[in-house]
Amino acid sequence: MLVKNGKIVEDAFTAVADGDPLPDGAVLVSLKRFQAESPALLARGAPLGVRLESADTPEILGEDLRSLALVVLHVNHFRDGRAFSWARLLRTRLGYRGEVRISGHVLLDQIAFYARVGADAFELPLNQPAEAVRAAFTEISNVYQPSVDGRPTIRDLRAARFPKTTLAPS
Amino acid sequence: MYRYDEFDFQFVRERAEQFRGQVARRLAGELTEEEFKPLRLMNGLYLQLHSYMLRIAIPYGTLSARQLRKLGDIARRYDRGYGHFTTRQNLQLHWSQLPDVPDILLELADVEMNCIQTSGNNVRNISADPFAGAAAGELEDPRVLCEILRQWSTLHPEFSFLPRKFKICVIGTEEDRAALLIHDIAIKIIRNEKGETGYRVYVGGGLGRTPYLAEEIGAFIDKHDILSFLEATMRVYNEAGRRDNIHKARVKILVHQIGIPEMRRRVEEEFSEIRKQGTLEVPVHEMVRIAAYFAPPAFEKLADECPSYEQHLRENHDFAQWAKTNVHPHKMPGYAIVTISLKPIGKTPGDCSSEQMEGLADAMDALGQQEVRVTHEQNLVLPHMRKADLYALWQKLVPLELATPNCGLVTDIIACPGLDYCDLANARSIPIAQAIAKRFSDLDRQHDLGELKIKISGCINACGHHHVGHIGILGVDRKGVENYQILLGGSGAEDATLGEILGPGFDQQGIVDAVENVIGTYTTLRQNGERFLDTYRRVGPHPFKERLYAR
Repeated sequence: MLVKNGKIVEDAFTAVADGDPLPDGAVLVSLKRFQAESPALLARGAPLGVRLESADTPEILGEDLRSLALVVLHVNHFRDGRAFSWARLLRTRLGYRGEVRISGHVLLDQIAFYARVGADAFELPLNQPAEAVRAAFTEISNVYQPSVDGRPTIRDLRAARFPKTTLAPS
Repeated sequence: MYRYDEFDFQFVRERAEQFRGQVARRLAGELTEEEFKPLRLMNGLYLQLHSYMLRIAIPYGTLSARQLRKLGDIARRYDRGYGHFTTRQNLQLHWSQLPDVPDILLELADVEMNCIQTSGNNVRNISADPFAGAAAGELEDPRVLCEILRQWSTLHPEFSFLPRKFKICVIGTEEDRAALLIHDIAIKIIRNEKGETGYRVYVGGGLGRTPYLAEEIGAFIDKHDILSFLEATMRVYNEAGRRDNIHKARVKILVHQIGIPEMRRRVEEEFSEIRKQGTLEVPVHEMVRIAAYFAPPAFEKLADECPSYEQHLRENHDFAQWAKTNVHPHKMPGYAIVTISLKPIGKTPGDCSSEQMEGLADAMDALGQQEVRVTHEQNLVLPHMRKADLYALWQKLVPLELATPNCGLVTDIIACPGLDYCDLANARSIPIAQAIAKRFSDLDRQHDLGELKIKISGCINACGHHHVGHIGILGVDRKGVENYQILLGGSGAEDATLGEILGPGFDQQGIVDAVENVIGTYTTLRQNGERFLDTYRRVGPHPFKERLYAR
């Protein structure tokens, strides 16, 4: 089940195994295949996605990153939190604007965190009710720390609520 | 102390309701225990040997009388009428029922408390000097930074699934009452040559099966840069820390694998990237706003000498004995800092009954005390007592069994819950602590031995801090039998060192004799009133070993 920008959607990309022929349209390939065939893959003129594993920093994609429509961060186990840093790295220093999708062993209770660090799509392992997906993003209204999503923090909200107050109430 | 505003209240209440939903899914069978585990752990709920255990966060170890009273109330109504104060300055309820926990969380929220991140692979409750705001020579109250860090780290989106747990500690004095260097990140408030205060940052401390003391990674970090620096350090760890072996996943292992110079280089690189964005800068007005919450009480102008206190000391021997170890100098004349021992002889170190919590809260109200602190040594502290009120306080503490006169002495023992409660433990800790305390119960003997810190862990995970005990005891499982190893020469204070294993271990009876034997060696060798630790450091392990293992 694919959730993009908070909504359940159809996947526009076809995942293609290493060695299999490429169908028409948008495809998703492994890093290994991308590294072996990148000139041909990039010349196809259709949207291209690359799947990274938990241990792969997206810096490995180098200048090619700009040509990708999708970067999938595949999580091998939900406890492995490296993809949180990789998503953030994609959106900040690497300036990536395409889709950042989290796939693999991801818990519904983690997707709000992933969204904060810049992921905009989630391939959830099990089908979830739309209501549960919506709740996962909205259960906790506010955030304490700034992140990639640019949401106002609780500190910002306080400053807006008490514009002239710099000291704590006694 | 810090007070929740509407945003903090909303946050913890939503978090409690979120957990209510997760518990309902678990009870309905929609979540397996494996799926539920990370969710409950992020709310401080462990599954132990006999029951669930709920670990309640006490940020930087500071509680109000109202909070303490509520904890006593919760322990009575939802648990077995007591709680256990831990080496992380938290409180554990050892007999929790899963369906009750969402209600407990909401009741905690009413008194501005929560259980967020008291477990799991995230930033844990941030600890601080229990004498904060009261100690002479303190540059700044460390709790101001602790509170800023608490907010920054609460449900941090990038660092909630780290390779392993992450512990941070802050102190503002040269003296270390918080075991600073055994933390993943240790922060000491310092002053530079220009007279500005800032932060010295250490990284990579921790005990467990591979104990290390933290090493300096930032000599002087400007105050407004501290979140950027910490975020940089944690990002390096999140990306490069080991995830293949839970026992090698703490940041200390990464630091020692790549070396502190390489760690520093990577952190500096990330730090400069983060600073370019500027979003993590802590503005001066935010520091000032938070600092106002920690403003000291309005101290009266008092003479340091207090005739009534002196008179009680002369007239009441028991009071004088208590004052000798449990009353400490305060930065203000006429005031004192009081340690309340949770180590009555023969009882469980760190346990506190509902009656004791409520009784102490009443005493605080009667004597105008706003705050009580929890120490990593599993005692409580009243930071701002007038000397003139000490006798009245002591009279209230005696019937509560909170006036044990043993702080810093041989019976003031740290012990983890051990095999009586914990499913990680290999051996029991509490009965060992009780037996040692009974053996040395004579108060004159305790005073003769002076400062002596015994710390006991029931397994290699070292929750009882055995590596930094002057005498450390480690319980292991030897072919199905509990066995206790003895370590000497550790310290968790400003002279921090890791103790060394002396030799083969002992059984449950033998370990008490072994401790007495080691202490006997000390009394034979000590010079000019030196502490046990100083004698050990002067003579080394051999005299202790020879006498202990003599045939």
